[in-house]
Amino acid sequence: MAVDNGWRRLRRNPAAMGGLIVLGAIVFLALLGPCISPHAIDEVFWDRISAPPDFDAGFFFGTDANGRDLFARTLEGARVSLLVGVSASVISLFIGVTYGATAGYLGGRIDNVMMRIVDILYSLPFVFFVILLTVYVGRSLSTIFVTIGAVIWLDMARIVRGQTLTLKQREFVEAARSLGATDFRILTRHIIPNLWGPVIISMLLVIPDAILTESFLSFLGLGVQEPNTSWGVLIGDGAQNMMGAPWSLLFPGAFLAVTLLAFNFAGDGLRDALDPRS
Amino acid sequence: MLSVVIKRVVGAIPTLFVIITLTFLMMRLTPGGPFDTGRVASPEVQANLLHAYHLDEPLYLQYFRYLKDLAQGDFGPSFTSKDFTVTQLIRQGFPVSLQLGLSAMALAIVVGLALGTFGALRRNQVADHVVIAFSLVGIIIPNFVMAPILTLIFGVTLQWLPAGGWGNGHQLAYKILPVIALALPRISSIARLSRSSMIEAMQMPFIRTAYAKGLPRRLVLLRHASRAAILPVVSYLGPATAGIITGSIIVEQVFSIPGIGRYFVDAAINRDYTLVSGVVIFYGCIIVLFNLIVDILYGVLDPRIGRR
Repeated sequence: MAVDNGWRRLRRNPAAMGGLIVLGAIVFLALLGPCISPHAIDEVFWDRISAPPDFDAGFFFGTDANGRDLFARTLEGARVSLLVGVSASVISLFIGVTYGATAGYLGGRIDNVMMRIVDILYSLPFVFFVILLTVYVGRSLSTIFVTIGAVIWLDMARIVRGQTLTLKQREFVEAARSLGATDFRILTRHIIPNLWGPVIISMLLVIPDAILTESFLSFLGLGVQEPNTSWGVLIGDGAQNMMGAPWSLLFPGAFLAVTLLAFNFAGDGLRDALDPRS
Repeated sequence: MLSVVIKRVVGAIPTLFVIITLTFLMMRLTPGGPFDTGRVASPEVQANLLHAYHLDEPLYLQYFRYLKDLAQGDFGPSFTSKDFTVTQLIRQGFPVSLQLGLSAMALAIVVGLALGTFGALRRNQVADHVVIAFSLVGIIIPNFVMAPILTLIFGVTLQWLPAGGWGNGHQLAYKILPVIALALPRISSIARLSRSSMIEAMQMPFIRTAYAKGLPRRLVLLRHASRAAILPVVSYLGPATAGIITGSIIVEQVFSIPGIGRYFVDAAINRDYTLVSGVVIFYGCIIVLFNLIVDILYGVLDPRIGRR
């Protein structure tokens, strides 16, 4: 019922639908990247160093300073950036839901302490802790996935806790308890399954944050390392190379901006659709 | 009022400890020490190195030593710039970063508030849509894309302004592009925030009262609406500080500005443990301090806070 209503509201919101369609297109391009692009991501064309876009030869976005096809690399970057976004949001989902639901359900002093910890962590400059972690643990793709996920679960925890606080007052929880269900069972069977709406919204809002953080790190040379690439790496290379080849900055930059815009619209639209009160 | 200030100051202390402790633990507990550089030193040399930096002591002793040094403003020696201590490097870079950050913050507040109020007062008119679009641009085009594009347009193509560097520190021309690049995302957020809070404030009953008692529109806006509308913006200044500090790392890198951000990135790339940790703690303290100021300022602006 609620889902049908939400879906109808979502469909009537052109910005949100536009965002979702653009996101779908970007995911599609990212997944099919190797099939669509005529050149491999690491093939070096010595006669085309920093060459402008050339449609006849299949270099839609031109080439970078090493003579590699930018179209193929931008799509590869899309794959890595989206992967970072999704995996970080899944990690933040696990930590945030566990933490928030526990705090909200147990309540009282434990809740106070747990949320005070979240408040403290919230006021910290979390990008710095990601950088610290990458300095100490080393810079690999998986480190970046995990560290970003490990620091952006705070919003999720707050939302889940608030939701749990209201859910645990509901009759069906009381019914379960009077039937003798344990706390753990109530939490996993009755509370967490009812959290999905706000959780999906905040996952959708976490993804652009994660993508932005990854690009930020990669731009500085602290994130994804060669031969892997991501939008941040491409933008960083493009910025160094922009005097002669502005397209090497503009194409990955435009992809990043459009993706962030689409996530913004889709996330806002979904929030309005699923939670009309706010 | 004083009790609020004291409460806030006391409340900030745990945050500081969390920052320091987390940083310390990450520094000490992760595998691989600062001397694992690939060169194999003999066990005696390694032991001497560990001893010289007190890395052979029990963890809690190292922690107390670290706290004691920090309390004296000593962040320890830099592991890669051997002749400099971390404190010296921070002291060198900080004035530049501070100037950059404060200018960007001031610009963001002034322009952001002006845009937001302007949009709110012309709600749903063309000017309002322009403000909304502008604030969206600042949010979806991150610093590290905007800064190079600004350089490319104004520094390289038009040659109106220097494309990078800091000059001798007193030349305005060198500061314009970095400050704008750093301020843009914050301008967007403040414009967005102040627009919606202004719209909300204008619908409050006390505004109707003010109009009803015959105050001219200008005074209603200045005396009544703006005071209520500015509160969300004030509480955003805490996150905005964190954003400006994060952004300054990018801007200093793109424009080759000799601030803390540049040292920080170099240190992170070279895995200079003490310098990275020192800068994180330093920035953490600044953010905590600024949040404190914002909290107190909020209490001053909103008399309801202290009474609760």
